[in-house]
Amino acid sequence: MRTYEKFFRMNRLPHIWCPGCGNGIVMKAIVQAIEKAGLDQDKTVIVSGIGCSSRASGYMNFDTLHTAHGRAIPFATGIKLANPELNVIVITGDGDATAIGGNHFIHGARRNIDLTVVLFNNNIYGMTGGQASPLTPHGKKATTAPYGTVDRAFDPCQLAQAAGATFVARSTTFHVPQTVDAIVQGIGNKGFSLIETITQCPIAYGRKNKLGDAANMLKWMSEHAAPLAAYNKLSDEQKAEKFPIGVLYKGAAPEYSAEYAKLIKQAMEGKK
Amino acid sequence: MKARLMQGNEACAEGALAAGVRFFGGYPITPSTEIAEQMAKELPKVGGTFIQMEDEIGGMAVILGASLGGKKVLTATSGPGFSLKQELIGYAAIAEIPAVIVNVQRVGPSTGQPTSPSQGDIMQIRWGTHGDHPMIALAPWTVREAFDVAVMAVNYAERFRTPVIIAMDEVVGHMREKVVLPEANEIEIYPRRKPTATRAEGYQPFTPAEDLVPNVANFGDGYHIHVTGLIHDETGFPSGNAQLTKECTDRWHQKIARVQDEITHYDEFFMDDAEFVVLAYGGTARSAYAGVEAAREKGIKVGMLRLMTIWPFADKIVKKAAAKAKAILVPEMNYGQLVHEVERAAAGQTQVISLPKYNTEIFEPSEICEAIETMAKEASK
Ligand SMILES: Cc1ncc(C[n+]2csc(CCOP(=O)(O)OP(=O)(O)O)c2C)c(N)n1
Ligand code: SF4
Repeated sequence: MRTYEKFFRMNRLPHIWCPGCGNGIVMKAIVQAIEKAGLDQDKTVIVSGIGCSSRASGYMNFDTLHTAHGRAIPFATGIKLANPELNVIVITGDGDATAIGGNHFIHGARRNIDLTVVLFNNNIYGMTGGQASPLTPHGKKATTAPYGTVDRAFDPCQLAQAAGATFVARSTTFHVPQTVDAIVQGIGNKGFSLIETITQCPIAYGRKNKLGDAANMLKWMSEHAAPLAAYNKLSDEQKAEKFPIGVLYKGAAPEYSAEYAKLIKQAMEGKK
Repeated sequence: MKARLMQGNEACAEGALAAGVRFFGGYPITPSTEIAEQMAKELPKVGGTFIQMEDEIGGMAVILGASLGGKKVLTATSGPGFSLKQELIGYAAIAEIPAVIVNVQRVGPSTGQPTSPSQGDIMQIRWGTHGDHPMIALAPWTVREAFDVAVMAVNYAERFRTPVIIAMDEVVGHMREKVVLPEANEIEIYPRRKPTATRAEGYQPFTPAEDLVPNVANFGDGYHIHVTGLIHDETGFPSGNAQLTKECTDRWHQKIARVQDEITHYDEFFMDDAEFVVLAYGGTARSAYAGVEAAREKGIKVGMLRLMTIWPFADKIVKKAAAKAKAILVPEMNYGQLVHEVERAAAGQTQVISLPKYNTEIFEPSEICEAIETMAKEASK
């Protein structure tokens, strides 16, 4: 048995994802990061929203919570504040985090509450069959954007940073060790951490946009992702063709649950 | 304890604290805001947590998370916010998460008349979330009862692992009365249910106990449970099975239905010789009581049924009253909502008369007395 297998509910596998789907790669990266970070299995909670990616919580052998569409972050906030000793990891899709859950996402970041949010960004609504999401790149096709999206896409990393997150990283399913490392660092950050993982959805997104099979989509990631330092050296023209990966931002700010614990201590001692 | 002058909303918050609530999440909205303000001030003093969320959906989500984390939880809102909470009230019902939601009703729909009293959410309280689910809702009519109802709501939420709604209205929420609250040792508290077996002994989080309620472990207790809003079997994992779907739906309903008599709380006034009955609840019951007294003074044999438990509906009590009464009058601060339940329960045994009021004003006792007189006159024709 591989050491990380105890973190999976082996009796719940195989998973429901399509052949070639990237969700399994990210799920395994999370589990390996949990092992590397040395988290206590009994004190680690996985909270997910609704979507293909959010199904991952059911396969992971911890206390797990499969919430409602878009609401993983506020549920996770309640768990963390109820019991601050718990390590709370959030699994969310691009629609889940930035459309229906967009408000919770920015407010979680604003509070800098100690959650590690892993955003499975497949640029599409996978579960419902390929509708456009706020992270579908401008001009790409979806079942609800048959002529290409008119909408512009968010950059969720910039969004999280601007909103107050203290750890922001991007990786891809091609860059597995880097993904694991980014999640380990996110777990280590006592505050709101976002790890955006570009994840292939060959079925609902790839097919519609003629991106080829899973292998082709991974190849595209390898060719277009640039480590931040290298990315920063590119000209604006070159940048338009690439996207930066790695740790994009690290900041320092008071963490919400620790701050509230101080407030409780004061109030219990009778100070105003 | 010495008498204190306090508001219904304040008493409600105090009751929740006394019952062991240690977590509040919510979003401000008139006329419920005092509850949030009170919780913000008092919770940290007893080691509890208050959080103001970005909206009412977040308020609902955060309390459900905290409840799974082991805390007794409360949120409070009014019409527009109550509408926003509906999806996750259903989540609490299906995932069997204890939570208490206060709805201090105001005139709607939409922004309506934000500072005016109403009982217009009585049906939304029952059916607001989608799908089949049971519902417990309690409506206080005095400040002291706002305290008692809060204690009871928290206890029921914990005991039946279900969302419980406190159906306040602006009248009771904002009214000030002199009250004497019970001492801590006079209050019965239902503790959080705990697993009675280990995983090795075959524990499954959603196996119902004898009372049909599962002993779901708290997160962090080492049971590695899975909680979902999908229909699930005793393991907590989703299943598309048709038979299981039916059995789950049956069990949620039965766990409440089997205790329906026990949780149906009501008052009867002047019912022994009553030929007519006024059925009222919440703030309206106060005017109704004065109206009934006035009609009695005029020699009309009228009694009163005051419902504290709104849901599940007091079918048996109403049916019994209907068997004896010549007519039942139902005053409500809405277009006529609970009156349809009264009609259903009366089952044609007597005439049920709706007395709706929806012009932002509360009932005057004289209006109710007049309606009683008209009812009596019509019956003697
Ligand atoms: C309130 C609500 N609205 C809509 C849906 C339908 N729905 C389920 S998953 C989903 C989108 C999922 O997309 P994403 O979050 O990107 O996750 P993915 O499936 O791609 O992993 C939608 C719209 C829902 N379950 N709940
Ligand atoms: S639809 Fe896309 S995201 Fe969903 S399982 Fe299939 S490949 Fe994965």
